[in-house]
Amino acid sequence: MWFFTEEEKDLQRLCKDFASKELAPFAEKFDHDEAFNLSAYKKMGELGVLGITADPEYGGAGMGAVAATLVMEEFGAACAGSTLSYLAHSILCVNNIQNNGSAEQKAKYLPKLITGEHIGCMGMSEPEFGSDAVGIQTKALKNSDGSYTINGTKMWITNAQYADVAYVYTRTGPEKKNLSTFIVEKGTPGFSVGKPIHKMGMRSSPTGELVFENCKVPAFALVGKEGDSVYHMMKNLDIERITIAGISLGIAQACVDQCLKYAAERKQFGKHIGSFQMIQKMISEMATETEMMRSFLYTTAKRYDMGERGPSMAAMVKLALPKMATKIALDAIQLHGGYGYSREFPLERMMRDNKLNEIGAGTNEVMIMIIAKNLLGKAALE
Amino acid sequence: MNELQVELKNQLEKYRLQKIEPHMEHDDETEEFRMEIFNELGSLGFTGMTLPEAYGGMDLSYEDFSIALGEIAKSSVSYAVTISVSSMVQAILNEFGNITQKKTYLPALTSGSEIGAFCLSESGAGSDAASLVTTAKKTILEGRAGYVLNGSKIWITSGGIAKTYIVMARTGGVGGKGVSAFIVRDGTPGFSYGKKEKKMGWKVSPTRELIFHNCFIPEENLLLTEGEGFKIAMAALEKGRFTIGAIAVGCAERALDEAVRYSLTRQQFKQPIFDFQGLQFMMADMATEIECSRLLVMQAARDYDNGAPNAKLACMAKLKATDTAMKVTTDAVQILGGVGYTKEYPVERFMRDAKVLQIVEGTNQIQRVVIARNLKKEYTTH
Repeated sequence: MWFFTEEEKDLQRLCKDFASKELAPFAEKFDHDEAFNLSAYKKMGELGVLGITADPEYGGAGMGAVAATLVMEEFGAACAGSTLSYLAHSILCVNNIQNNGSAEQKAKYLPKLITGEHIGCMGMSEPEFGSDAVGIQTKALKNSDGSYTINGTKMWITNAQYADVAYVYTRTGPEKKNLSTFIVEKGTPGFSVGKPIHKMGMRSSPTGELVFENCKVPAFALVGKEGDSVYHMMKNLDIERITIAGISLGIAQACVDQCLKYAAERKQFGKHIGSFQMIQKMISEMATETEMMRSFLYTTAKRYDMGERGPSMAAMVKLALPKMATKIALDAIQLHGGYGYSREFPLERMMRDNKLNEIGAGTNEVMIMIIAKNLLGKAALE
Repeated sequence: MNELQVELKNQLEKYRLQKIEPHMEHDDETEEFRMEIFNELGSLGFTGMTLPEAYGGMDLSYEDFSIALGEIAKSSVSYAVTISVSSMVQAILNEFGNITQKKTYLPALTSGSEIGAFCLSESGAGSDAASLVTTAKKTILEGRAGYVLNGSKIWITSGGIAKTYIVMARTGGVGGKGVSAFIVRDGTPGFSYGKKEKKMGWKVSPTRELIFHNCFIPEENLLLTEGEGFKIAMAALEKGRFTIGAIAVGCAERALDEAVRYSLTRQQFKQPIFDFQGLQFMMADMATEIECSRLLVMQAARDYDNGAPNAKLACMAKLKATDTAMKVTTDAVQILGGVGYTKEYPVERFMRDAKVLQIVEGTNQIQRVVIARNLKKEYTTH
């Protein structure tokens, strides 16, 4: 994009190179084995992107949403599963601690999370509270010595099985908005990881449950003050939605690239299939849509970096991009016929992976609710 | 539906819920085909429905067969496809085989003790099937007249588990007129199995490459005469179009069933999510598209049964029903949200299974080509 800074362009080149060497060659294997590419994660630490938005004083890159989205796009084009885990770590955990943690909490947790020695996750959803996130029931009760005891289960937690540090939302009072945030360390008595969740796609990104049974955490673990969670959630949602859409952009671009290659190689009826108007239509439309996605996404990320906030800005990106990328991936499979359906080509994996982006970080339907409420105001409610 | 069809459907529903459904998630993961299920479907009469009783069939119509396939697909698209392809092989033998060929090969296929496979596609000949390059050279081996097959076939449904293969090979010049059809048995010297495809869906139904290396086939295994192979293949695909459509209808019905049941019980924002109009409209569209597809498929089957096959309508049925299956299964995953993306619910499996329905038996692009060709004919001959 014309407004990328030199630093952002360098980052893009670095990430493209990294993705082609460290992610793409292993994506099929880790998808098949339903395993996490830990070695690539560690190397992301060396690359310097694990704390993309964190302060340089803790080892972070000190960059913004445009930069984080660039990483998502380049990594997402190679291995969306690894990228989703990267997102859960760098945006859901690191960025939250960076923005909401105390100086002591940042000094304690950020350096190891940023070098790659530690892995982070975030715990929001619960079995009965998905789209309706503010209804969560995991309870944190304050003890007389100032510590808290946490009880409850978190569901759909990306990186659960590998996380050293969990950024967790809990209920500390009866009112709907009495929610408080804690940082819980692996190994804390009463904190365990439940069963792994087997998924259709994003199989190289581990998903599990976080289980809290009389888990006692010190007062130090509380982020901000009691009742701050809704504010924390709202503050981070925009960058989460923008960056996850980056993975969909990467997938869409990878599909377009693969289709261009195939249309020039594959011959049927004595001609390159690229000479058939039906194929030309599919490719032209998917490339056009990908360009629309790119402009919309990076413009929104740039507006975010320039300080603009608004409830439907990121929700519109999150509604538009994953949906378009699923369609593009399905068309790319179709264009490749039997080959597209086989695991010899990465397209079927990309389609399975991208479907998650229409569900995770707020479903399409929740995005519609947010956008409608914002556009219609009272008329959307009464 | 008439009385017999209701009875068939009920019997199959009972069987699939008891015997097929419990295995499907496990077998989808392990890619395991259970011969005993196929055998049992055979003893219930479902593996040779449309064949004459003289050869062990049930002498039923393609309309009845379509209803049965749709019902099986509600638990397993893979078993429905296995039956559909095996029945296609039986139809070829019945229509084009001589008495000896019919007596030799049909009883084991109709009874379901053996499986049949149809072998047309090659790595360079997918949509452009008439360009196939597997050769069959006339020869005499140890005093026996026959043909020597050389080449390979890919994307063969039931490759490796089938015993009787109908193989299209070139005996003459270029194009469809140089192609002949042969009956090849499993175990014939020179006939071996190549790699098993790793696929996005249809995991229970094995897809394999077949390799012919100086494989001698006796003269009596030629169907009709030399040069009739392409005509035979196209006649088989005529029925394949609406039977794949019937499977697509079953697949979509199951997805809708899961979506409606889930949305009636799942509560978010203190109400069943079914009560949100956004979801109601999605499901109303899903149900409408399924009914359109079913009516088209049944009409195409009825036309065929009445001796007036309508190629344009059969292509429309395949196109509409399989596009609908893709859309409906994708929407069902979306309605179930996070759990829809996991293996705890079957909708993600049906979504993966639906995709290849748009590719097999002529990609949906090829269906459009045929529909357009028919349109042109209608407008230029009057």
